[in-house]
Amino acid sequence: MMIATSGSNQRVMNLAIFLVLCAGMFIAVAPLLYMASTAFQGVAFVQPYPPRLLPETFTLENFEQAFSSRNFGRAMLNSAGVSIATAVMVTGLAATMAYSFARFEFRGKRIIFAVLMVMIMIPGVVLLIPQFILAKNLGLLNSLPGLVLVYSAGPLAFNTFLLRGFFENLPRELEESAVIDGANAFTIFWRIMLPLAAPAISTVAVFSFLGAWDEYLLALNFLTEESLRTLPIAIANFRGQYSSNWGLVFAGSLTAVVPTILLFVFFQRYFIQGITSGGVRG
Amino acid sequence: MSLNSVRQARGATGRTPQRVADRSKPYYRPYVPYLFLLPGLALYLLWSVYPLVYQLYISFFDWRIIPGQTSEFIGLANYQAVFADRTFWLAMSNTAMYAVVTVAGQMIIGLTLALLVNRVTIARRFFRTIYYLPVVTSWVVVSFLFVYIFSPGDGGLINFALMKLGLLEKPVSWLANSNTAWIAIYSLGIWKGMGWAMVIFLAALQGIPTELYEAAAIDGATEWQRIRYMTLPLIRRTLFFVLIALMIGGFQVFISVLLITGGGPLHRTEVALTYMFDEAFGNLHFGYGAALSYVLAVVIVIVSVVQARFFGRGDRDLEY
Repeated sequence: MMIATSGSNQRVMNLAIFLVLCAGMFIAVAPLLYMASTAFQGVAFVQPYPPRLLPETFTLENFEQAFSSRNFGRAMLNSAGVSIATAVMVTGLAATMAYSFARFEFRGKRIIFAVLMVMIMIPGVVLLIPQFILAKNLGLLNSLPGLVLVYSAGPLAFNTFLLRGFFENLPRELEESAVIDGANAFTIFWRIMLPLAAPAISTVAVFSFLGAWDEYLLALNFLTEESLRTLPIAIANFRGQYSSNWGLVFAGSLTAVVPTILLFVFFQRYFIQGITSGGVRG
Repeated sequence: MSLNSVRQARGATGRTPQRVADRSKPYYRPYVPYLFLLPGLALYLLWSVYPLVYQLYISFFDWRIIPGQTSEFIGLANYQAVFADRTFWLAMSNTAMYAVVTVAGQMIIGLTLALLVNRVTIARRFFRTIYYLPVVTSWVVVSFLFVYIFSPGDGGLINFALMKLGLLEKPVSWLANSNTAWIAIYSLGIWKGMGWAMVIFLAALQGIPTELYEAAAIDGATEWQRIRYMTLPLIRRTLFFVLIALMIGGFQVFISVLLITGGGPLHRTEVALTYMFDEAFGNLHFGYGAALSYVLAVVIVIVSVVQARFFGRGDRDLEY
């Protein structure tokens, strides 16, 4: 009963918890292991029996096939370009907007901010139809820059909100002394505020990169030309209609997933901060 | 939408006299704020605010996407049709059911994991990282992965495991039947989201001072009593936050259903967004799809407003 009093009980308890967590961890990663195993196992039109979480034979056959299909490498470049451009756009635009809300007074400030806050509640997917028609009317279907514009607009309101909170918590003394030294608003923003906001900025950049990297629906409807397709579409195409070579599907999937996992592990500290303070979902 | 940000937002409205004094003679020219604001705002107005208004307009028409055909104004007919549509109600109740089941699953598992991880002294970050991996993995990829895991035949991972455990006699064709297809869709939702819930809960738990636990232990409280009467009340607002955030996410379920069952068989696993997508881009009923989107958006906004009310009043957690 009194856990704190008995050292050996405590140790047994901790060991039990540790083992439960390891078992749970197995459930969390088993599907991902299964995916990797299938990708390295070779061609798999039929499921091998018994299923294996570690490949019996190790071959890069599926990866070779994925990259030799003319569109996969292209799709990867497209995705990289679109995602980097989106991350740059979102970060730059959200940071400037957030800064103006955090540090300037101007007419219409409250109403504009209120509109953005209401818009945060509206999920992006329900705007698919009007965005599609708008893109069609502007001639932006089948255009990667067009896709970047739509991708960048979506997360702007939320990230502006997130960064505004961050800027507001920075001390004002730095700006005040910079003003006395004769710096203008742009210098202050670029030289002082942005570097101070680096943790928050990198969170926004990573999240918007990942958002664009994984996006499926807009890409599916906006891009019909094969050479413009992005990774999620290319992976979906590998699945095929009737007979799927699952090894190929998962070789493509793994290629798409590994960079995101690396990004997550690398930026983990900021990531977790951003998740717990911003409530962003991956 | 988070505790911290809401607190920050709240702090901002209580303007101090110091700031008023700053405002009375700003160091910048009056147009400068707009230079910062406008590039982002223009993009946002064009691609988010305008589409929202435009969508309302479209929803009043029998909208024709094909060039040359004229769209006819039909008033509220699309909305009437939506509410009279049995598939719409099926899709909405499926969506609500998905939200309830997966949110409950994610919260219970997420909280349990967080409590356990909070107790271990080693490898905390490692566990957190591993449990979070499904969250960062793309929806498209994990949807295909679950199709494969729930494959029919005895080579499917789930069939194989359940048969080895003696829980199944013969392999099940999970995705061929709506009841068993939901099991696949629900388990994907829970598996992918539990790590997120865990990370948020863990952050809240780590904010509770250990002295409180020590005091409770000295008073002879059992583990369960401590969780029930101390931990859970202390992280109450985090529980609310996760509940509502997951609910909103749950109502937006889409990619997984689209790629796992496509809403089939016979619309039985249709959810709100797959039905909207099917009507608009499958049947080219854009006006109808727009009306459907609006109805769904209103439902989600109502859920969000409930959330705002929870945050807007009462005390906060993590105050001692």
